[in-house]
Amino acid sequence: MATFGVIVFPGSNCDHDAYHAMKHVLGCETKFLWHKDTDLSGIDFLIVPGGFSYGDYLRSGAIARFSPIMQEVVKFAEKGGPVMGICNGFQILLEAGLIPGAMMHNHQLRFVCKNVFIRCETTDSLFTGSLEKGQVFDIPVSHGEGNYFIDQDGLKSLQDNDQVLFRYSDAKGELTESANFNGSIDHIAGITNTGRNVLGMMPHPERAMEKILGSEDGKPIFESILNSLSVA
Amino acid sequence: MAQPITHEPEVTLELALEHGLTEEEFGWIKEKLGRTPTFTELGVYSVMWSEHCSYKNSIIELKKLPRDGEHLLVEAGEENAGLVDIGDGLGCAFKIESHNHPSAVEPYQGAATGVGGIHRDIFTMGARPIASLNSLRFGSMENPRVRFLLDGVVRGIGDYGNSFGIPVIGGEVYFDESYEGNPLVNAMSIGIVKAGETASAIAKGIGNPVIIVGASTGRDGIHGATFASEEISEESEAKRPSVQVGDPFTEKLLLEASLEALQTGAVVGMQDMGAAGIACSTSEMTAKGEQGMIVDLDKVPAREDGMTAYELLLSESQERMLIVAEKGREQEIIDVYEKWDLHGVVIGEVVDSGRVTYYKNGEIKADMPAEHLVLGGGAPQYVRETKKPAYLEETQNFDIDSLDHPEDHADTIKKLLNSPNVASKRWVHEQYDTTVRTNTVTAPGASNSGVIRIKGTNRGLVAKTDCNGRYVYLNPRRGGQIAVIESARNVVCSGGRPLAITNCLNFGNPYKPEVYWTFKEALGGMGDACRALNTPVTGGNVSFYNENPESAIFPSPIIGMLGLIEDVENHTTTPAIKSEGDVLIYIGADRKGLGATEYLKVIHGKTAGDSPELDIDFEVKLQEALLDAIKGGFITAAHDISDGGLAITLAEMCIFGKMGASVDVAALGGTTHEVLFSEAQSGVVISVSPSDVDRAMTHFAKAGVPAHQLGKAVGSDLKIAGLDSLDVTEMANIHDSVIPNAMDV
Repeated sequence: MATFGVIVFPGSNCDHDAYHAMKHVLGCETKFLWHKDTDLSGIDFLIVPGGFSYGDYLRSGAIARFSPIMQEVVKFAEKGGPVMGICNGFQILLEAGLIPGAMMHNHQLRFVCKNVFIRCETTDSLFTGSLEKGQVFDIPVSHGEGNYFIDQDGLKSLQDNDQVLFRYSDAKGELTESANFNGSIDHIAGITNTGRNVLGMMPHPERAMEKILGSEDGKPIFESILNSLSVA
Repeated sequence: MAQPITHEPEVTLELALEHGLTEEEFGWIKEKLGRTPTFTELGVYSVMWSEHCSYKNSIIELKKLPRDGEHLLVEAGEENAGLVDIGDGLGCAFKIESHNHPSAVEPYQGAATGVGGIHRDIFTMGARPIASLNSLRFGSMENPRVRFLLDGVVRGIGDYGNSFGIPVIGGEVYFDESYEGNPLVNAMSIGIVKAGETASAIAKGIGNPVIIVGASTGRDGIHGATFASEEISEESEAKRPSVQVGDPFTEKLLLEASLEALQTGAVVGMQDMGAAGIACSTSEMTAKGEQGMIVDLDKVPAREDGMTAYELLLSESQERMLIVAEKGREQEIIDVYEKWDLHGVVIGEVVDSGRVTYYKNGEIKADMPAEHLVLGGGAPQYVRETKKPAYLEETQNFDIDSLDHPEDHADTIKKLLNSPNVASKRWVHEQYDTTVRTNTVTAPGASNSGVIRIKGTNRGLVAKTDCNGRYVYLNPRRGGQIAVIESARNVVCSGGRPLAITNCLNFGNPYKPEVYWTFKEALGGMGDACRALNTPVTGGNVSFYNENPESAIFPSPIIGMLGLIEDVENHTTTPAIKSEGDVLIYIGADRKGLGATEYLKVIHGKTAGDSPELDIDFEVKLQEALLDAIKGGFITAAHDISDGGLAITLAEMCIFGKMGASVDVAALGGTTHEVLFSEAQSGVVISVSPSDVDRAMTHFAKAGVPAHQLGKAVGSDLKIAGLDSLDVTEMANIHDSVIPNAMDV
């Protein structure tokens, strides 16, 4: 059974959410990893959680990429190790150069916390292998800088290489303008790298794991990951 | 940047008056000290005896509130926040506090540091904050300054709380001209602690080291407490430097480090630094422990060069705490803070002198008995003059029947939905993280109150802030009763049992006899309701001087009610209609009286009449019967009747459920507009599935609570017999767009 590592930066605040989802809801072996640590031995899957690492006063994720553990995360990913960055974790992975693009302030220039719908765009990844293409998930978002941007060449490359894993849609899976609430280019909610082992996504599937919290739609995403890991 | 206060002027009566002390108070200080205080001492006395720290004009009245109860783990006022037993070996620390004056001049930082301050009050007790609420009051949204304040306050609360990582689960936003120029920003925090692991704000044990931890001390916020103890005026803008600057990241580190430090077992006492900073925390902890303390101010990590003793003692720099440790174990604590990249510096020790003695550059700058400074000790306590305000005669005798009441009630309902007070506050709460920490069962919006589950148990906590200032203005005693009763009713409608309250008492200048009369009456009303509901007062905060150059605010005793849900998975109840065919039933008192209603304000532009009717004993019976029914498992939705009356309750149940309903209110008697728009207390609309109607009717009949079937959920329109149909989607659009349309132009 795979062991999950959840990185704790000063200012991480969804570290406990990810830990609870993996450890208590899904029953996986899960460990916290302190940002000053550099030992990733025994970890099969890394989660870079949400929050405000180092306060994010400069630009989200801009400081965290320099932390000791991130140097190891980059090596881990370059060797093909699976890494999932959620929200601030996505921002950190962008800053660390593990996935392409950049994050701007939401187009309305306000923080937005609500449940949105995201659509699975491809099943060709270890994160989405057990999902269905076009499947729609009801997942919370909670961020001020989630307006994903990439230049036209970069976007074309993402599209050509099937690197977009999730897009913001409406409940029926339509890519309506209002569904793209933060103004992300091409409705992008989550992407992978060319090696297809790193995922960055703004929505929080780890907050949608239990019926009592309003949505269990995050579960299939993590179960898909578990399926891929058990096959591997 | 605040002006440095580097010179030490001669201490005279004039200087004491400038510091906000009275002639009598200055005389008392000289007599008890046996000399004229030094400049530094004068500064310390003036902040410690400010209204904000000493409660000098309120404490005698506060002590009349019920403060005992079976669930209380600490007595009101004993610690930084109330502590209630919630079973399973857990305690819940909770408190509400104001940051009105800072928010009036600097809304973003004022609100942000209000949030930071209240969370510190919770984790200084050893409890981890797990939820927060905000109760906000503003002037009319027509005013651009009000929109500026609302925008800044919401961003301030959001940016601080989102970064700190605590979900907002509830609160309210209310608009009325009376709050123009003096908005209210009251923040509530709720935390959880294992029984036996709480920390106390006490200094004891001779020779024990005193450690300052957290952020450095700068020149921000000097005399913030004194600033909060006077009316807002033209000059207030110049006091912007009295507003502190918040740093949620440091607060987050301080939280994690402080909870970890407590686990070492080396902490004797801990207190956060809020108002009056080092002066307040050192003297209060010392007085509580009945010890003395020596503090070397040269050791305090300072953010700026050349800070004097006066400045270091009075600075309200945020994100700091004071710890008294076991002698010899100070390094264990310092190590924890250093792990989190925070200062931990020994600045003094506990001694047996009974005095607080502050050194700077080897010289004693201030030396006085700790007990002089604190509430319950030397700090003055006053009984103020009271006089019933003249306006009440006029407002209570206002003849509502003489008004020309419009006959198109459907149109009136749309107009009420268009009132910012009734409209959805989605624009506000979407800017707050409401789901972090994965405990939020009902978030702000389509809920009666906020509900969070407690991981590892079946239980949930329910919290609600409430107070209709218009009711208190028009009938202070009943308004005070309703503030408590209504918050409890909301907790019950969510499936919880009310346990205890915290309160934030926002009033005008206590030296005005009319204001003080209102204050006393409102507190009396709160006491009546708390006794009837068996929900003691665990603490809170008093904010006087909420006036602008034109007038005082509506008297606003904001209640923060805490409740417990025994089975959070099955008992949590929301207002949304769940299924087509569900039967809507009104339970409660007669719907009569239009005084003090949102209807009068919106349709007739009047703040008049008497506050809504309330029979407290009946209300208690209603709440008990409803909670029993919810636990019985046959209630599919419940929504209490408040602003806008029965009509708005029905409209919201449809809007939240995205479903229509067909109802007839004739069974309730009275004229249609009165039944629809009265805000009479003790009214709730519930829904049950058709097969449970008999069971429900029998249940409420047995309990002595009148119940009337109104109709059922059906279609996509709200059809009230005798009125034009109201399309639910259209109502939802009105309800949802009022605030965004005003703010995002």
